[in-house]
Amino acid sequence: MRPTSARFLNILVPVKRAVDYAVKIRVNSQQTGVDLNVKHSMNPFDEIAVEEAVRIRERIKDEVKSIRAVTIGPSKSLDTLRTALAMGADSAIHVEVPESAPAPEPLGVAKTIRALVEKNKEIDLIILGKQAIDDDAGQTGQMLAGLLGWSQATFASKVDVDTKNNVVTVLREIDGGSEEIKCKLPLVITTDLRLNEPRYASLPNIMKAKKKPVEKLKPEDLGVDLTPMLETIKVAEPPKRVGGGKVESVEELVGKLKDAGFTAV
Amino acid sequence: MLSLALRTSRTALNAYRSRGIHAPASLNAVTETDLAHFASILAPSSVISSLAPVNSPTDELDPFNQDWMGRFKGNANTVLKPKTVQEVSQIVKWCNERRIGIVPQGGNTGLVGGSVPIGNELVLSLANMNKVRSFDPVAGILVADAGCILQALTDYVAPLDHVMPLDLGAKGSCQIGGNVATNAGGLRLLRYGSLHGSVLGLEVVLPDGTILDQLTTLRKDNTGYDLKQLFIGAEGTLGIITAVSILTPPAPQATSNVILALPHFDNVLPLFQTVKRDLSEILSAFEFLDRTAYDLAVKHGQGKALDESEVEGAQCFVLVETSGGRREHDEEKLNDLLEKLLEADEPLINTGVVSQNPSQFESIWGLREGVTEAISKEGKAYKYDISVPVATFKDCVDATRDHLESKGLMRPDAVKYVVGYGHCGDGNLHLNVCAAAYTQEIADALEPFIYELVQKHRGSVSAEHGIGAMKTHALHYSKDAVSIGLMKQIKGIFDPNGIMNPGKVLE
Repeated sequence: MRPTSARFLNILVPVKRAVDYAVKIRVNSQQTGVDLNVKHSMNPFDEIAVEEAVRIRERIKDEVKSIRAVTIGPSKSLDTLRTALAMGADSAIHVEVPESAPAPEPLGVAKTIRALVEKNKEIDLIILGKQAIDDDAGQTGQMLAGLLGWSQATFASKVDVDTKNNVVTVLREIDGGSEEIKCKLPLVITTDLRLNEPRYASLPNIMKAKKKPVEKLKPEDLGVDLTPMLETIKVAEPPKRVGGGKVESVEELVGKLKDAGFTAV
Repeated sequence: MLSLALRTSRTALNAYRSRGIHAPASLNAVTETDLAHFASILAPSSVISSLAPVNSPTDELDPFNQDWMGRFKGNANTVLKPKTVQEVSQIVKWCNERRIGIVPQGGNTGLVGGSVPIGNELVLSLANMNKVRSFDPVAGILVADAGCILQALTDYVAPLDHVMPLDLGAKGSCQIGGNVATNAGGLRLLRYGSLHGSVLGLEVVLPDGTILDQLTTLRKDNTGYDLKQLFIGAEGTLGIITAVSILTPPAPQATSNVILALPHFDNVLPLFQTVKRDLSEILSAFEFLDRTAYDLAVKHGQGKALDESEVEGAQCFVLVETSGGRREHDEEKLNDLLEKLLEADEPLINTGVVSQNPSQFESIWGLREGVTEAISKEGKAYKYDISVPVATFKDCVDATRDHLESKGLMRPDAVKYVVGYGHCGDGNLHLNVCAAAYTQEIADALEPFIYELVQKHRGSVSAEHGIGAMKTHALHYSKDAVSIGLMKQIKGIFDPNGIMNPGKVLE
């Protein structure tokens, strides 16, 4: 591990443009995926990640040197980066893939981010959503920490950065409670729902965001291949729930139970 | 809204009783003989009555006897829930012959006591008439029973890419028949106009039991007097609406909203002009709330607040909503407007926030729509729903506050807040006085003061809530003697025995 003086923190926040959570998902007629011609916005867990990065800066002020957002996706993903910039990121990187390209898989995304980190060696903290609400894979953060050989703190519900000792204390959501861990920088954090409530993007910040720099790259520029390794065979809706019925009398209920094969003991 | 089961305040009821509102003595109560007749034409599940042989417990009748704010309480012994227009007709015919007063009731979400009995009238609930009769996806014309809940209709037309032309806070409980009978306004009026325009036809049971079938689906029909218009806003005093034919606009493909913080109220009008001009056809709401309303909404958790630094020095707030056909186009327009507003030499706004996703969209609307609920949580609300020129919004609120101050009533144990918010785009101000309790002293200080204030501005004492039982005495502040005389003649023609929603609208 490269020794970092974390007195000046450089934070990278990977964000994903996903179908908005409020949209009612419909399977397309070819059963190859869902209808994507609907409202998209930033993956809510990533929004929490951006918010946390901004809040860390608000807490430790100048000790955060930069907050950079990155996304991998088609040209429309730029909107998602602008939202991150309006919330408080300083600059952004857009790894652009063609509109027609298949959605990158977690391993491809993790390798892309690793390549970015190798290119921008000053980065020492990566905060990203614990999962994206479209594919719900929940793997990118862990794969990324593995590839980089960094510490990882997943499902974070509280983050405390101690720049004097290069240590980050993270409270994690675990089954039946929470767990507090201390991690050395550099570190990958994945965010859980309770970490914070993301802010509104204020008008002046939206205007400023338009002028913030966005670096455009192609996967080839980073030497990564985003060709999927998984094949989707079929996407189908879950079976419809059959509603219950009302009975008028006890006799009718007993009759129905008998019909269904229940007998008195 | 209905979850706010407020306890009836005795003082309030007395305050209203003292005004002398009561059902005409010429009308009869429902007797066991009447009940037997109703039982012969209706299914057992359609009859609730405290009379023998039904003997329903009073708590089954209570929700029909009391309005949701707990301000008005009637004494009906029988509630009928017919399922067809023929059943409604038979009930009304019988009541007309027997001189029994009838209160037609929809979702019972009204704010002026129009939907509950004053005395022991029969309550006729439309709740069991809740089927969509037809929908034409090309013309966008929906024909539905009066008892369909507004939200249910919204959900019905949504997958067919249409939207109901009205939307209001009570959408989860209110019924389309009641909406039409009260000419409900709400949040979409600026964009889609009033129900006088979007209702194409009605089916109405007249007070003698005759069924008036004007349930047409024509956009244009200039053949004589447009009778249906009389029932829109008549609050059930001329007949019972049993079905509605209504024009639904195509659903917008993209919506967005912003909330803007303004340093002075004086900036609201110039801002409205600029927003109207720059957004033109995509502007769908322009809502106003003063600082007190905003603070109360935030205090009671009605949507996520703006950052402290953003609200500092703001005297009032404006919520702007856009809806249009193409997201990129709408966003570009909105962004250009916002940029212009911020970069002006003398900006009309301090700052603002733009929703970035549907949850923030809801949250921003929550700040405005939640004001009503926040005020109810804070104390007892005196609600005035007035139409006045937009330029006088702040004067009206300030004048009322000053007046209460001069009477020594602005104190924590009397009047806590005077709040103004409303539909700026339609000139409709909701002037709310939030008090620790309903008292005669406060009521006397507010009325006729506020009505005279409205009259001075040539406004309306009831912009969208109606007259109901609450404002019959105030009708003359907005309508002259000639108008009221004609209204009484019309009432006499339709309902010579005065059985339809007695004591409402006209004294």
